[in-house]
Amino acid sequence: MPFGITPELIAQITVIVVIFHALLISAAVLVYMERKVAAFAQQRYGPYLVGPRGLLQPIADIVKLLFKEELRPRAADTALFYVAPILCATAAFAAFAVIPVGADTTLFGLLDRPIHLAVADVNVGLLVIFAITSMGVYGIVLAGWSSNSKYSLLGGLRSSAQMISYELSYGLSFAAVIMLAGSLSLREIVGHQEGYWFGVIPQWYIFLQPVGFLIFLIAGVAETNRAPFDFPEAEQELVAGYHTEYSSMSFALFFLAEYVNMVTVSAVATDLFLGGWHGPILNSLGLGWVWFVIKLFAILFFYIWMRWTLPRYRYDQLMEFGWKWLLPIAVINLLVTAGVVVYFGPRFGW
Amino acid sequence: MDALYFWILATITVVASVLVVGQRNPMHSVVLLIVSFCALSGLYVLLGAQFVAAIQIIIYAGAIMVLFLFVVMLLNVPTEDPPTGYHARLFGGAGPRRVGAVLSLLFVVQLAWALRQIQGAPLPSRAVQPSSDVETIGLKLFTDYAFAFEATSVLILVAMVGAIVLAKKEKA
Repeated sequence: MPFGITPELIAQITVIVVIFHALLISAAVLVYMERKVAAFAQQRYGPYLVGPRGLLQPIADIVKLLFKEELRPRAADTALFYVAPILCATAAFAAFAVIPVGADTTLFGLLDRPIHLAVADVNVGLLVIFAITSMGVYGIVLAGWSSNSKYSLLGGLRSSAQMISYELSYGLSFAAVIMLAGSLSLREIVGHQEGYWFGVIPQWYIFLQPVGFLIFLIAGVAETNRAPFDFPEAEQELVAGYHTEYSSMSFALFFLAEYVNMVTVSAVATDLFLGGWHGPILNSLGLGWVWFVIKLFAILFFYIWMRWTLPRYRYDQLMEFGWKWLLPIAVINLLVTAGVVVYFGPRFGW
Repeated sequence: MDALYFWILATITVVASVLVVGQRNPMHSVVLLIVSFCALSGLYVLLGAQFVAAIQIIIYAGAIMVLFLFVVMLLNVPTEDPPTGYHARLFGGAGPRRVGAVLSLLFVVQLAWALRQIQGAPLPSRAVQPSSDVETIGLKLFTDYAFAFEATSVLILVAMVGAIVLAKKEKA
């Protein structure tokens, strides 16, 4: 074909487009899921009027947001006020780019050479995720500052302090898995988790790194600013935190960013600790990504469940927990892992 | 294709850097500096040094610039006012300005000379790529550059202890 266009290239572009839209849709699904789970936890019905079982509720929400008036405080810094939500959403989407959702596939023999089921296959994928997540802080800080409102500023400051504090434990729990796998590429890390111990227990890193997995989950909740760590938007104290002054589409972008970040954190957890797309039966049919989605939504459900079960901490408790408990445990976990890897070798002779 | 990416990223880097100096609002300067760092990291990717690119964003754009942002934000200086009083006479007078102009002219001449010298030198080929490998960098750090590495860690530790001492001062 002309211009170097091969079937593989077209397939790869299709995969990219599909992943992008799946992310968008998953945000809508999550909104519905969150409202339904919340309703269940509080013994209500939840949304049930729009569409069958209220399934079209997210769409109604989005349409409502689109038609709202775009407000801006007079004293706000115009440029930064508009850039901040875009930055937030861009960082959220960009981080997902290096996450593989399935094994390399030929799409059931349609293609001659297999393609990656990911937007990009980067050999330092984990570092890229870490780098882009750290850029997400700017969206929140700038939103808080540029709104020129005390609630926004306090929310922005809290959020960034929280994200920077928990980023350390988050990174250290990555590092332990990197040591076990000996690679920074997510595809290779998932590749190491294939197979079973004694024929029954899957070789997922959650069994080698239970502490690491817990640290990752807790730090992940703090990173995505969700309950019980949702201080940036603690209603009783800060109205709505950094997005107090936002309305319409700008607000929707923050909203979207929060849910996409949740998906990203859960997807990284799936790839790092839960064996990614490995699982019985489906994998051999070339449908490994179904396992990925199932595990992903299991973690997402856990996040939502936690939000509607646990009350919010106090701010000083959050900081104390992050620095005095989570970080030391993460460091000890890393040291123990390093010792074991050096002594027994990365695969423990299996 | 690589050349096209290079020119796009290089233009963003240079334009953003120039705008950093040209802004009246220090907050905008910080944001533009972040843009410049990100474009720079894109240039590293073009050179095949993905590790360096990721580290550039994590350390500079992610960590150091957050500190900048906080300092500027908490100092709350909406616009940079022209200096007045003693400092204005010291740095803003006609004499210092002339010295500054001569110095910047010298810098431009030096830069032009350096670029002319480089012209003949061979460009590093992409096939070599020694710096992109995480393992290579790690081994180099802990063997050839072990002393510099340890010295830097001690330096950072000293800075950390110093910060804690300064922060704790009032309670003692």
